[in-house]
Amino acid sequence: MRDTKINIAGVTFKNPVMTASGTFGSGMEYQEFVDLNQLGAVVTKGVANVPWPGNPTPRVAEVYGGMLNAIGLQNPGIDVFMERDLEFLEQFDTRVIVNVCGKTVEDYLEVVEKLGDTKVDMLEINVSCPNVKEGAIAFGQRCDALEQITREIKKKAKQPVIMKLSPNVTDIGEMAKAAEAAGADAISLINTLTGMKIDIYRQKFVLANKTGGMSGPAIKPIAVRMVYQAAQAVKIPIIGMGGIGTAEDAIEFMMAGATAVAVGAMNFVNPYATAEVVKGIQDFMEQQKIDRITDIIGCVK
Amino acid sequence: MAGKKKVFSKVVEQKELAGGIFDLWLETELAAKAVCGQFVGVYPKDKSHLLPRPISICEIDQEKGRIRLVYRIQGEGTKEFSSLKTGDEIQILGILGNGFPVEAGKGKRALLMGGGIGVPPILQLAKELEAESHVVLGYRNEELFLKEEFENYGKVSVATEDGSVGTKGNVMDAVKENGIEAEIIYACGPMPMLKAIKEYAAKAGIPAYISLEERMACGVGACLGCVCKTTKIDHHSHVDNARICTEGPVFLAEDIMI
Repeated sequence: MRDTKINIAGVTFKNPVMTASGTFGSGMEYQEFVDLNQLGAVVTKGVANVPWPGNPTPRVAEVYGGMLNAIGLQNPGIDVFMERDLEFLEQFDTRVIVNVCGKTVEDYLEVVEKLGDTKVDMLEINVSCPNVKEGAIAFGQRCDALEQITREIKKKAKQPVIMKLSPNVTDIGEMAKAAEAAGADAISLINTLTGMKIDIYRQKFVLANKTGGMSGPAIKPIAVRMVYQAAQAVKIPIIGMGGIGTAEDAIEFMMAGATAVAVGAMNFVNPYATAEVVKGIQDFMEQQKIDRITDIIGCVK
Repeated sequence: MAGKKKVFSKVVEQKELAGGIFDLWLETELAAKAVCGQFVGVYPKDKSHLLPRPISICEIDQEKGRIRLVYRIQGEGTKEFSSLKTGDEIQILGILGNGFPVEAGKGKRALLMGGGIGVPPILQLAKELEAESHVVLGYRNEELFLKEEFENYGKVSVATEDGSVGTKGNVMDAVKENGIEAEIIYACGPMPMLKAIKEYAAKAGIPAYISLEERMACGVGACLGCVCKTTKIDHHSHVDNARICTEGPVFLAEDIMI
């Protein structure tokens, strides 16, 4: 029996396959396609202390080999989320990671504290969404700001903390180090790359927000490179993501240094993708005679 | 809302109805549960175009397990679909969305309006509706696709933008010119037309069920890409945003802000 278990900050996951925040809701919509019990973890859509309406439409646009989104972190607020989404997720035998967003440090802390007494396994702190004007990415593009918010959150958080990093920075290694130095238990990367699309016939931006975050297979090589660089810079575990749609993609990220992986935009392309990645990793281990999945983490130096 | 799937479906036949408008019959298990006003996501084979294209169902043949899609070439994805031949296989995601409330129109004088590529989703509705139906169709020019098929299910009036056939103008101009009165409205078409219908229905004090379109990614309610402002706090978002792919695409006009 091949061992697909992984461990992040003392939390054991049955396999390294997660969902990328914002692409899977809280799993309700995808349970028609995927048995959530098969997943290592469900990472929820970002949730703030109060409801956020998000951006005007159009919010999504297709680009070559990927897509742009500028949803703007629409969410129902933590109270509704705890009553509805967390209760829904509790019925499954999978780990639950809640993605937390905010405009100010206080916003983040309010959510983190409310989640303290729940069964949530880990927190993922979104300091990297490129689509909201206040907060979010402002904390994720400067080392000192990232360090400060990480420290504040670590003081209050009862669950292990994952800092989700932006690729829209000069040196991902420095950002990873800042998160580690401030006590983050893990990091996840990459969030989306800021992009733009123009409708040349209407002479207008396709997205109402003008810019949007790019995701999908076209960004995978950038994400693999950044995961590798972050893995060289820090000792804390990394959750890798960016264009993953197959087991081969997932394994590539793990070999670059990721302990776990997340499927994002590819859920839209193939709603069965998460379960297929889980199965594909098992098949790969069988074929390559790998006993423990942890053996391949960072194996390519 | 049971059992959404991504499945292979077989092309029964495809032909061009008018310039750039294609008529595609697919054999699919999804037909069994489809209702009028719902849609499917059609996946291009070209992997540089990843997302499913939302296309409304024009007709459903449950007996033969077929659905009919009538779409306009809009970009690379739909261009690829237009080359599909009998026997080809294509992946579709469905069945998506809520569909038209057929029961609401039972025994009433119903006004069915379709504008442009909003004409096709009205056909299955016209077929199913047990009402005194008056269908008003809006086209760009004299290429009146599907018009004759509607004549089997009610009285048909036409508006064309260039005035080549029927009333010159849009569907609302045709409604006025023909003095059409109704107790309920069903419509699909471009946003300016839907706005005019919403206004008209509010003045007339009658319900209008309108089908919206928006750029979508997931099609199943997860990504929150295709939302529409609502006039009341909805149960899902709590921020007055309904998902067109899931709570829609058909809304009661008075419930949404357009």
